[in-house]
Amino acid sequence: MSFLSLTNIKKSFGPVQVVHDFNMGIEKGEFVSFLGPSGCGKTTILRMIAGFETPSGGSIFIDGKDQGALKPNQRNIGMVFQAYALFPNMNVHDNVAFGLKVAGTSKTDIDIRVKQMLGLIKLEHLADRFPYQLSGGQQQRVALARALAVKPQVLLLDEPLSALDAKIRISLREEIRQIQQQLGITTVFVTHDQEEALSISDRIVVMNAGRADQIGTPFEIYNTPATRFVASFVGTLNIIEAKVADPAAGSITIGNQPVTLREPIAGLNGGDTISLALRPEAGSIAEGAKGDASISGEVVSTSFLGSVIRTRLRVGSDIISFDMFNNPGIIPPASGENVTLRFAAKDLLVIRE
Amino acid sequence: MKKIWAWGALLFGILYFTLPLVGMTNFSLKMRRGEYSFDAYAKVFGDPRFQETFTYSVTQALFTIVFGVLLVVPTAYWIRLKLPGLRPYVEFVTLLPLVIPAIVIVFGYIRLYNTSSWLPLTGSAFGTNILLMFGYATLALPYMYRAVDTGLRTIDVATLTEAAQSLGAGWATILARIILPNVLVAVLSGAFLTFAIVIGEFTMAALLNRPAFGPYMQLLGANRAYEPAALAVIAFGITWGCLGLIQLVSRFQKSAPPKA
Amino acid sequence: MSSAHISARSPARRLPLHWLGILPFAAFVALFLILPTVKIVVGAFQTPDGSFTLDNIRGLFTPSILAAYWISIKISIASALLGCLAGFAISAAVVFGGLPKGIRGPLLTFSGVASNFAGVPLAFAFLATLGPVGIVSVFLRSELGIDLRVLGFNILSFWGLTVTYLFFQIPLMILIITPALDGLKREWREAASILGATGFQYWRMVAFPILLPSILGTLALLFANAFGAVATAIALTGSSLSIVPILLFAQIRGDVLGNPHLGYALAFGMIVVTGVANAIYIWLRARSERWLK
Ligand SMILES: Nc1ncnc2c1ncn2[C@@H]1O[C@H](COP(=O)(O)OP(=O)(O)OP(=O)(O)O)[C@@H](O)[C@H]1O
Ligand SMILES: [Mg+2]
Repeated sequence: MSFLSLTNIKKSFGPVQVVHDFNMGIEKGEFVSFLGPSGCGKTTILRMIAGFETPSGGSIFIDGKDQGALKPNQRNIGMVFQAYALFPNMNVHDNVAFGLKVAGTSKTDIDIRVKQMLGLIKLEHLADRFPYQLSGGQQQRVALARALAVKPQVLLLDEPLSALDAKIRISLREEIRQIQQQLGITTVFVTHDQEEALSISDRIVVMNAGRADQIGTPFEIYNTPATRFVASFVGTLNIIEAKVADPAAGSITIGNQPVTLREPIAGLNGGDTISLALRPEAGSIAEGAKGDASISGEVVSTSFLGSVIRTRLRVGSDIISFDMFNNPGIIPPASGENVTLRFAAKDLLVIRE
Repeated sequence: MKKIWAWGALLFGILYFTLPLVGMTNFSLKMRRGEYSFDAYAKVFGDPRFQETFTYSVTQALFTIVFGVLLVVPTAYWIRLKLPGLRPYVEFVTLLPLVIPAIVIVFGYIRLYNTSSWLPLTGSAFGTNILLMFGYATLALPYMYRAVDTGLRTIDVATLTEAAQSLGAGWATILARIILPNVLVAVLSGAFLTFAIVIGEFTMAALLNRPAFGPYMQLLGANRAYEPAALAVIAFGITWGCLGLIQLVSRFQKSAPPKA
Repeated sequence: MSSAHISARSPARRLPLHWLGILPFAAFVALFLILPTVKIVVGAFQTPDGSFTLDNIRGLFTPSILAAYWISIKISIASALLGCLAGFAISAAVVFGGLPKGIRGPLLTFSGVASNFAGVPLAFAFLATLGPVGIVSVFLRSELGIDLRVLGFNILSFWGLTVTYLFFQIPLMILIITPALDGLKREWREAASILGATGFQYWRMVAFPILLPSILGTLALLFANAFGAVATAIALTGSSLSIVPILLFAQIRGDVLGNPHLGYALAFGMIVVTGVANAIYIWLRARSERWLK
């Protein structure tokens, strides 16, 4: 059994079921992100792990112990909230010390531990400040220190970065990841920002309407999305509607242009529609680009995104985006121009609905 | 467990607050021996002193409201517009009547504005009426000012004023046609509360010797048995009515689209 | 100051015009709030012919006047504390106690009404309830054989007045504390609990300190409210209970103390008491809200 194991978790609020048979095992020291759109049940699962909500069915085990009968204050879990939730009447030191104090730790031990935690988040110099005297990023770091001070078995973070501005968000997420690895603490991180999830997780759970659509490493989630939902939510992946021409040969048509897939198509007949995904960076229009497949289309627009240039191509009724790395010598295609996009047939993924 | 405790607290509250209301209602209906009747109410309403004092207090209340609105609305507006630095001080002053007992204030009036002073307000009935009205306006000041200031907070005073000025409006027009309608609900809330306070007020009216409703009730209470209970029911009804009207107008504001 | 001097700086010329706008208000407050109070304060230190004296203040230190202050202060403290406690309990029951949501609106409306239902009619209501022939007294005597009189309860006493004052004190507390309780964020409770705190520890270390400024403010307000209450006391007890407002009322009406300037001193004493109560409040508040902006 995994360190943190969720088995057949269900949750209903009144007649509405918001979590359906959720199963997952998280290993000790693992950093797992729950990724999904607003309202898909991420917070609800987190709150069930913390003990704030009682599951309508299923069981939660941490380190082999059933948590079902335990109240939140008996679970030894650390939690960081979206809105910081620092105690406004206590300064930074007392906030971090809170969990130790209620546990009856001696004053000298508390001081040592608080110093250590403030060192970890590099805020030793602000120990006497009250929350209102801190920036959002500083408050969230204090909240992290407060949660970690009690040496929890599991750390839960519910969109801890979403109230911060973009720059801080990136530096703080790296800091969180680094602290997590340093302490080796089992962590569940909730977010609806796919870039955030991809950049810091060991594994990602992509959630959709109360269910896990896919659980996998960032690499798997991004490169081989299991469902159409995952593909569209996680990446800027192109979703292409194609028609099956000959299932056995794996041949299809995209906007009347024939393309042959690597493998035969199982379970579909000629004339059926099929959804395919293509990563924007998988294709190229450069002279002599490699690839065993190609389609041509009309350039709709190009946008300059800094390190890459993204071009949108109309192929039949589909719009396909592709990226090329920026370099000063490049001449982006003009709108209205007809270009041919080359790519490897193996990069064209068949996806389930 | 937690629920039992909560229900307990609520039950205590309900008992404590309904028993006196039941008690007074019950008592007010028992004037006739052995059966319930409205005799006490008939007696009260038929008493010419009741009619006189009630009319007097209603008149006082209306004048107090008019005076209070004329005093507070322009002041609160002006402070928001031109003297925001003064706001904390004015707020402090308007809260003073909650701290200085009314009896002390009216005692000061009696000594300050007696017949031998520079402003002998208590020398005539008319002067005393005016003085009493000022006293009531003082008592109502904390409520009136808070209500109007809260109302002004929700509108953009500076922009409205500039817009009106650019159209050539003078100060009186701005206040009467732009500001007042926009804080009407707040002003009405303050007005109803003022009404509730003035109608039953006893100390100031008694010490200034004015024939108001409060002293009348007290006098009746000292001499009669059942009529006072009837009066208490009537007074409670009036308070309830005033507060109910406040609820009504603020609900009206919530449902009505904001005027721009 | 010469006019040339002023007109040299144009902002200074505009300033007086701004101040003109609050002149009516300033005049009103000065004439009908500040000056009357000052008159009392000054009068407390004057002989009838206008020279300075401490005799009036000294005159307060007779056993009967001191007793009147003492019982007034006791009633005010008791009704403020009990009002706070009961109001807090009821408000907390409605906000956190899991009671039906529909109770809240009517409770707040009723509190608005009850907090304004003071004075003479309130006294009548309590006489009709807890007076000698009041509905509760009669019920207890005839149905349960409990005689409140024999138990030492008298509506014209310390407890009688306190219980009556609670009728406007409790609702006032409810009106002020309910928004404050609403302001307690759910995350604070959850953060405390996930850090291992019990419900009691959360209340002691987090919620109560956060609420303390509001509670202290309400206490000061309730104290002043009870201390200055004249009408309820007079209508309830006539002049049988000697509390300061009743004493002062009688003194203003007919100089029962036999020294007009003792009245000033009596009133000045009232200002001092409510002033001290508020000073304590401001001091405690400053200590309890270092963490506020
Ligand atoms: N206490 C509650 N009572 C009723 N419904 C609730 C409650 N809490 C959550 N829900 C519902 O459950 C669903 C899932 O909510 P949840 O908060 O878990 O979403 P989420 O994935 O965290 O979304 P977000 O990204 O917006 O935070 C939502 O539809 C929400 O309305
Ligand atoms: Mg959420």
